[in-house]
Amino acid sequence: MPKDGGIGASSKRREDVRFLTGAGNYTDDINVNGQTYAWFIRSDVAHGKINSIDTSAAQAMDGVLKVFTAADFESAGGIPCGWQVTDRHGQPMQEPKHPILAEGKVRHVGDPIACVVAETLEQARDAAEAVEIDIEELEPVLDMKAALAEDAPKVHDELTSNLCYDWGFVEENKEAVDEAIKNAAHVVTLELTNNRLVANPMEPRVAVADYSRARDEYTLYTTSQNPHVIRLLMGAFVLSIPEHKLRVVAPDVGGGFGSKIYHYAEEAFVTHASKVVNRPVKWTSTRSEAFISDAHGRDHKTKIELALDENHMFTAVRTDTYANMGAYLSTFAPSIPTWLHGTLMAGNYKTPVIYVNVKAVFTNTTPVDAYRGAGRPEATYQLERVIDKAARELGVDPAELRRKNFIKPEEFPYDTPVAVTYDTGNYHATLDKALEMTDYAGFEKRAEESKARGKLRGYGLAHFIEACGIAPSNLVGQLGARAGLYESATVRVNATGGITVMTGSHSHGQGHETSFAQVVADMIGIDEGMIEIEHGDTANTPMGMGTYGSRSIAVGGSAMVRATEKIINKAKKIAAHLMEASESDIELKDGQFSVAGTDKSVAWGDVTLAAYVPHNYPLEEIEPGLEETAFYDPSNFTYPSGAYVCEVEVDPETGKVEVLGFTAADDFGNVVNPMIVEGQVHGGVAQGIGQALMENCAYDENGQLISASYMDYTMPRADDMPMFDVDHSCQTPCTHNPLGVKGCGEAGAIGSPPAVVNAVIDALHRGGYTNVEHIDMPVTPARVWAAMNS
Amino acid sequence: MYNFDIETPSTVKDAVAALKQEDAQPLGGGQTLIPTMKQRLAMPSALVSLKGIDEMRGICEDDDGRLCIGGSTTHAEVAAGAGKYPALAALAGQIGDPAVRNRGTIGGSVANNDPAACYPAAVLASGATVTTDRREIAADDYFQGMFTTALEEGEIVTEVKFPVPEKAAYMKFEQPASRFALVGVFVAKFADGVRVAVTGASEEGVFRWSEAEAALTSDFSAGALEGLSLSGDGMISDLHGSGDYRAHIVKVMTKRAVEAA
Repeated sequence: MPKDGGIGASSKRREDVRFLTGAGNYTDDINVNGQTYAWFIRSDVAHGKINSIDTSAAQAMDGVLKVFTAADFESAGGIPCGWQVTDRHGQPMQEPKHPILAEGKVRHVGDPIACVVAETLEQARDAAEAVEIDIEELEPVLDMKAALAEDAPKVHDELTSNLCYDWGFVEENKEAVDEAIKNAAHVVTLELTNNRLVANPMEPRVAVADYSRARDEYTLYTTSQNPHVIRLLMGAFVLSIPEHKLRVVAPDVGGGFGSKIYHYAEEAFVTHASKVVNRPVKWTSTRSEAFISDAHGRDHKTKIELALDENHMFTAVRTDTYANMGAYLSTFAPSIPTWLHGTLMAGNYKTPVIYVNVKAVFTNTTPVDAYRGAGRPEATYQLERVIDKAARELGVDPAELRRKNFIKPEEFPYDTPVAVTYDTGNYHATLDKALEMTDYAGFEKRAEESKARGKLRGYGLAHFIEACGIAPSNLVGQLGARAGLYESATVRVNATGGITVMTGSHSHGQGHETSFAQVVADMIGIDEGMIEIEHGDTANTPMGMGTYGSRSIAVGGSAMVRATEKIINKAKKIAAHLMEASESDIELKDGQFSVAGTDKSVAWGDVTLAAYVPHNYPLEEIEPGLEETAFYDPSNFTYPSGAYVCEVEVDPETGKVEVLGFTAADDFGNVVNPMIVEGQVHGGVAQGIGQALMENCAYDENGQLISASYMDYTMPRADDMPMFDVDHSCQTPCTHNPLGVKGCGEAGAIGSPPAVVNAVIDALHRGGYTNVEHIDMPVTPARVWAAMNS
Repeated sequence: MYNFDIETPSTVKDAVAALKQEDAQPLGGGQTLIPTMKQRLAMPSALVSLKGIDEMRGICEDDDGRLCIGGSTTHAEVAAGAGKYPALAALAGQIGDPAVRNRGTIGGSVANNDPAACYPAAVLASGATVTTDRREIAADDYFQGMFTTALEEGEIVTEVKFPVPEKAAYMKFEQPASRFALVGVFVAKFADGVRVAVTGASEEGVFRWSEAEAALTSDFSAGALEGLSLSGDGMISDLHGSGDYRAHIVKVMTKRAVEAA
């Protein structure tokens, strides 16, 4: 049933009015009186020893307030890492210092060495050219396996090696897995790369700091997905500024995709520099800087082995992964290849034993951290590629092989052998839906038509699981997280009935201002227009952990539900008083409080007015006012899943792949705003197709980023995309959050890469290129052609 | 960007005079020069804009039936106005995006001679004549390697004169990121023979594939190219494709251009 508001309605995104009319307020739109400008001098070599830095000429130039180097940050801490991984032997990971400006060595192209603060940006740039830096180049560490050789040069001299950690999961199952593989009827092996990506949000990073000497207070405006986390990390660990003296504001943010979760050196730099020069300091990343200083994503190399018995039932999975950390540990980097990856290696399947080994390695490259999906795409890609290969080797239908190994609908809740419990799911339903939507049965005919036009057509299927709604704090604490992962909301009802919700979640394109308002409106039965969602300013929102890991509606939305429940409870007390009835008889429907079994009622606005003009009010029993805060800590992750199908045509003469169709049948549990959910899937799939076919963050043998601009880094564009066919009608609601929601932000980017690559390999096999078992992403025309001619 | 002066002459004569200043540089549509300056990789003392010179703008036909395009004519104007030479109009209409096509000029493209630009393939395959403020240069003499031409310091491309072939087509295989030509092949069939020019592929910039020209001159069909092959040696090899891949794509695009012509 179409609804015109509340949960389940495709309400139009109210924030788009300002985004689409140029009325947004992004960090770069913020200019503070007396503002100065920062320009960073960054390393142009991958690895080197800093012999000297001479700032004297620059310091004397017009407009220069100060040229900063590491010496100006001796009292500051390093940029902290938010997650400690413990290795196979019970030892903590190696955790090198990540200085704000390079200390003694540069460790990647883009590593900031010095920074000029000047009256104008051009003066800062001019002066930066006058800073004389003598760097002795050292041999760079680039290849992950070579980095672990005993005689390899070290990225961090103070560490014992370039190995951050050697992680085994589940370590106790290792022997059982080895045994199962030894005894298997079939073992299918695949070696693959999950290509390094640059997030490329439309808005580059910006930081503006404003120190008030009069109040000894700092304000930092920054492009962040989680301003409270930045305040905590930077205040407590880097600059020793207590929270009550530090306000962090993340206003409108133009996309994040993970890359704006982390605390970056530039944020700490401008905050500290603002006090030193006693002026506001602004830094706006150029696109070129973004390529070398925003945390990158993915970059795993994996060997996966899938063991099957004679009936083609999976008996074990064993993986061996090298995960690139880059030169320093970004905020959540260590957790991505471990807890967000190893715990998903069961996929949708009843594999009884699984062993995941991950070696995280330091290299002279830009730090790597979460990017849309973060760990879960890597797990899904390995599994769904090797299952496709198994189906081909065994001569069975890839959909059937998946189906027979699926966890059955009646088997939930299901404990996987990799430490998580899936609460709900129905993988048979999503698979059937996707096959039906894509006319699986009619594919052969379509393939014939393509062949007649000289093209090779392929059908690629992938099924995925993800762990979202991050995360139960007590669990992640045991796993090494140095923060809780609850979420918060304050619901402030105003005297005349309008509501301001302050959420700890952060919207950077997701549409929270619309969908969160729908939830509160639905609960109270009032117009969505009566509700405003505020986010992004630590001065007026409760301590929250921000937005990533498809957590906002599942965790932030749940906090908002809890706070709204408190509001409704209190409002019922007030209504009972106004109607001289018993509280237990009060019902709330469509914004009216009524006494059960009578025709007595008072409107929402009458009750809210009474709360703030308490002339007739039970003051002896309850306080005036109507404002409640709730913190929600989930008891489990949520487990969205889905079946994705990609249909491609390969031009055998050029190797060019055209995506003809992409279909997503997702189970997100309950859905608040179907249009927003579909938009999230569209964006995720576009990024997944981008990873599969186009995006390639590549370094040369000297550690220079060779895809360092849009001239060489291929961003997917609208004309690279087919029309998407998305469905979310298969719904198994989450059992442990009040909305029954699972989250949808990352699904598209998780499920799509294997579907695309499976389709290309299928097309080549159908075209007779049966020796092509795998092509690493991005599956560019040149790579396809090379594989066809190998 | 460093500071610079801007001159906006309205005649070729004034432009030539303005270019005599030290470190002055001509500015066409600025589609390469401006980004380069923004990155501080170029620091001209003065830019001499050629956009306001009426005599360098527009499309006409000369007494020999050649299509004459003023150096400051934009790609969009050529796409819309070169109907007499459809393959050339189609090429112009595929350069970059609308913003590029509304700013970029044929003179700027030909003077820059980017090894992946589209226009050099058309100029060379058509056997066009590049007219400057001081002389006329045959296409075969004009292109001298990557970003290198016969132009002297301060010399301005005022016009390009294209003989119109009986049949022609341009096939571009795009480099996926920049959407410049990874390989672009322009095939032009004249009464006295076929010319085939290839852009994007060679480390030497645009070049003529003489074996293909000979084969197509005797038999203008895709089949005539069977058995021909180019070596990957000397071809550009980068993130987007090896030299061997480019050599292969040259042949595929040549075949497709012949079929489309």
